Amino acid sequence: MKQMHTASLAELSAALHAKQFSAVELAQFFLSRTEKIDGDLNAFISTDTDKTLAMARAADERIARGEAGALTGIPVAYKDLFCVDGWRATCGSRILENFVAPYDAHVVAQLNAAGMVTLGKLNMDEFAMGSSNENSYYGAVKNPWDLSRVPGGSSGGTAAVVAARLAPVALGTDTGGSIRQPAAFCGLTGLKPTYGRVSRYGMVAYASSLDQASPMAKSAEDCALLLTAMTGFDARDSTSLQRETEDFSARLNEPLKGLRIGLPREYFADGLDDDVRLAIESALTELRALGAITVEVNLPNAALSLPAYYVIAPAEASSNLSRFDGVRYGYRAPEYKDLNDMYAKTRAQGFGEEVKRRILMGTYVLSHGYYDAFYLKAQKIRRLIANDFRAAFEQCDVIVGPTTPTVAFPLGDKTDDPVQMYLADIYTISSNLAGLPAMSIPCGVGQHDMPVGLQIIGPWFSESKMLNVAHQYQQASDWHTRLPEMAR
Amino acid sequence: MSLSPAELIRIAQLARIDLPSAEIEPTCAQLNHIFGFIEQLRAAPTDGIAPMSHAVELSQRLRDDVVTETNQREKFQAIAPDTEGGLYLVPKVME
Repeated sequence: MKQMHTASLAELSAALHAKQFSAVELAQFFLSRTEKIDGDLNAFISTDTDKTLAMARAADERIARGEAGALTGIPVAYKDLFCVDGWRATCGSRILENFVAPYDAHVVAQLNAAGMVTLGKLNMDEFAMGSSNENSYYGAVKNPWDLSRVPGGSSGGTAAVVAARLAPVALGTDTGGSIRQPAAFCGLTGLKPTYGRVSRYGMVAYASSLDQASPMAKSAEDCALLLTAMTGFDARDSTSLQRETEDFSARLNEPLKGLRIGLPREYFADGLDDDVRLAIESALTELRALGAITVEVNLPNAALSLPAYYVIAPAEASSNLSRFDGVRYGYRAPEYKDLNDMYAKTRAQGFGEEVKRRILMGTYVLSHGYYDAFYLKAQKIRRLIANDFRAAFEQCDVIVGPTTPTVAFPLGDKTDDPVQMYLADIYTISSNLAGLPAMSIPCGVGQHDMPVGLQIIGPWFSESKMLNVAHQYQQASDWHTRLPEMAR
Repeated sequence: MSLSPAELIRIAQLARIDLPSAEIEPTCAQLNHIFGFIEQLRAAPTDGIAPMSHAVELSQRLRDDVVTETNQREKFQAIAPDTEGGLYLVPKVME
């Protein structure tokens, strides 16, 4: 048995069943590690030892009764936009600073039912808007590999806790790259499922046609186990897909011989840093050695995905965030003249700069005279992007390329220029627009010894295949086992 | 696509976000910088392409017309800024 913080979920589960340690001891181990290390990272917004240990005790009882499953007693932490009954869900915002969720998100209820133990709630860019976790009312999160650098965003806390081994797994969300970009920056495995696989019920909405809950883990094997427990139909989410449940671990060990990997010309063009390119190329060499063949594919509208996203996502956000008005929950401004003034002051004081910017952008593109020119236009381009992928997948089984154009950048590097910040998601956004599953796995190091992420994009519902590719790569490489100094 | 200060004031009102006069100029400049980036969309040919409003093609699901929710008024109102007698309180709208 490895140490608790480096063990896989399967190893932890086996040790719990063999009574090598209890779920309470496992939870205490991670809580005390968090107490020691998180002061440097700022990854947790809330912890609650009593609640955590009560869940761990319940897990121990379940194990003793012989009713435990593969995830019973395993600790997990949630990005602070998942509603967990009785826990705060701040969404990284002042406006929800005192919001205690009165119910469980569907995915939380599923992981609770599996016997997982909640360690706490994780820092994030406010309302999931950001690519560096610097847009949080609760302060920036630091990258465990280099505390002067960003962990990525918006699921920055999610990435930081798994990278620093403060939690064996954690949940984030991905609207435009918010799980994959932090996974790449922190040397982790993160997977955004096909849109509709995971219920959005109880997740605070940012851009509803793009948001998907996503697992962040140390390996593809762990990711598969968690994803299996997260997915499934939920009538409370009108976009939840009615599909057979799937065991995403079942195909991990299939050989890659004959796998056709598509390399999009556009993902290797100007704008990709050389250190990232080198790491990706050596990963491709490894994948070819495992029996895969590579073919060039085209995604001609790839460059338009970013501008299309920055019309569609703010438009949806401006509508979704209208619910924060200081009436039913959350912050209310202390002074105001009348009802309208109360709304306007509450929202001006409660939202941060980037959130206000995106609400204003969204309101503008949806307003009379601009709707056709921008919103409808962006939706047409969204279809072109989805069509490009459909055509590309006629030539290949999966698409592979870089997750990000650079390694993790220094804190403060892009905070003055929103457009530069948006460009950090240039390779990730198109799969959200198309609704495709996509993941990032560590595949090397670039400048300053920072991790590089390899992105794998698959056809709709091909998560099992993608996890198979990732797992086979991880069997042949050890990038995913590297630990930041602070986590050793 | 260029946003004037007057248009910004109007959309801020629509969005119910108080915008102090000192912030109008810089906010306008920043939004126009972003819109300049978005502008490249307009050059893309999209004739005959149907808008895609959602990631997956879905039809509206129907459910049986039965009560599924229970009344949790007290639990939900416990987190509200101001309530009285089971009602949410807001500033007086009509005199």
